[in-house]
Amino acid sequence: MKSRSPLLVVAMLLIIFSSLALFAISNGAWLANVPQRDRERVNPYREQPDAVAAGRRIFVDHCAHCHGDNADGTKKRPSLKSARVQQEATDGDLHWLLVNGNRGQGMPSWVKLGDPQIWQVICYVKSLH
Amino acid sequence: MELYTNLAITNWTTKRCSRAGCVALLFLGMVQPACLKSRAQEYPYFVTYSQEMEEPGNLDIEMFNVVGSPPAGNSFIGSDIEFEYGLKGWWTTEFYLDGQATQNQSTIFTGFRWENRFRPLPREHWINPVLYAEFEDTSADKTIREVVGHDGRYDFLVPNWLARMDKERELELKLILGSNVRGWNISENFITEKNFAGDPWEFGYAFGVSRPLQLAASAHECTFCAEKFQAGLEMYGGLGDANGFGLHLTSQYLGPTINWSAPNGMTVAFSPQFGLNGYSIPVLYRFSVSYEIQQFFGHFHRGGS
Repeated sequence: MKSRSPLLVVAMLLIIFSSLALFAISNGAWLANVPQRDRERVNPYREQPDAVAAGRRIFVDHCAHCHGDNADGTKKRPSLKSARVQQEATDGDLHWLLVNGNRGQGMPSWVKLGDPQIWQVICYVKSLH
Repeated sequence: MELYTNLAITNWTTKRCSRAGCVALLFLGMVQPACLKSRAQEYPYFVTYSQEMEEPGNLDIEMFNVVGSPPAGNSFIGSDIEFEYGLKGWWTTEFYLDGQATQNQSTIFTGFRWENRFRPLPREHWINPVLYAEFEDTSADKTIREVVGHDGRYDFLVPNWLARMDKERELELKLILGSNVRGWNISENFITEKNFAGDPWEFGYAFGVSRPLQLAASAHECTFCAEKFQAGLEMYGGLGDANGFGLHLTSQYLGPTINWSAPNGMTVAFSPQFGLNGYSIPVLYRFSVSYEIQQFFGHFHRGGS
């Protein structure tokens, strides 16, 4: 038993450092990483009158704590009223970001919300310009 | 004489530990609801892990309970309180305190577990792997957070005073695979566990599938609307050990599961799970309550909300 324990420790360390190495190379400007197909996706909730209000509810529940109650950003997290989010990024770009996250920069994936809620929160964010 | 001395020390230590553990569980259970702002959206699984990680900086506090009544044995309730913290977007760590109460026997603190989950691929794929490693130090545990090897209903016939003499110091590794397809979450876990006392590697699995009852959010606050509920199915069981892999002499469970996200940020989940063979406990009732505290350490900073 004693001879196996160091092997287990080495295996654990390998797992940890492999993960670290993967994330060290995975950061960068997320917008440049969005595939063209995702960038061009159309928000199916864009024209729905209740989508902004529903998106606001989702935003308050899940996003406001990092990005601020009015999406102005906090000390460490960016404003969602920036030109990059409001003008450069398409709805498809934002959808891609919310699905994939930017884990190396602290942005988690929100895929668990499901597509409809992701599109709704994008409607709200885009309404802030 | 030495044997009696050792037993006396063991009894004293376990009594002291069990009292301290129970006090800790009670204290944490009381403090938990007092926590500030909290939100949660979780899958309704009790045994199966999904590919989701805790958001960085968030602390999820969850109380799990399982009630069972093994034939020819005493009814029991196994409880654990879990602290799950998102260290990074790709790294979640969890610490558990376990306890149990068995009818006509005793209520005891049964030990602790510490687990870490790592997500090696940064982006979403059709199947998303997560690596899981856990160390546990328990005895007489009845929380049934997983089933491996030849775990079965006969384990629950051993009285507490005897079961807690058997210290289980184990390493558990899991490969978690998860997918999200059209609102459905599908998660599969492959489990292997090694007791440091020299027992062979044991194997098990867990499988879960779930979906919110409504995918889109409504524009107005609601309490019992469909979007607040997630329902699904969970199945898990043992797969034998390194000396005999397979379903022979293993317990298997299957059951529906549902959770509800309450307006104050609390999530409540319930699942009746049915033993599929004579080696399983016929029915297990599981329920849990959880709070997710967003940006936990931010509450301690000056000006933190």
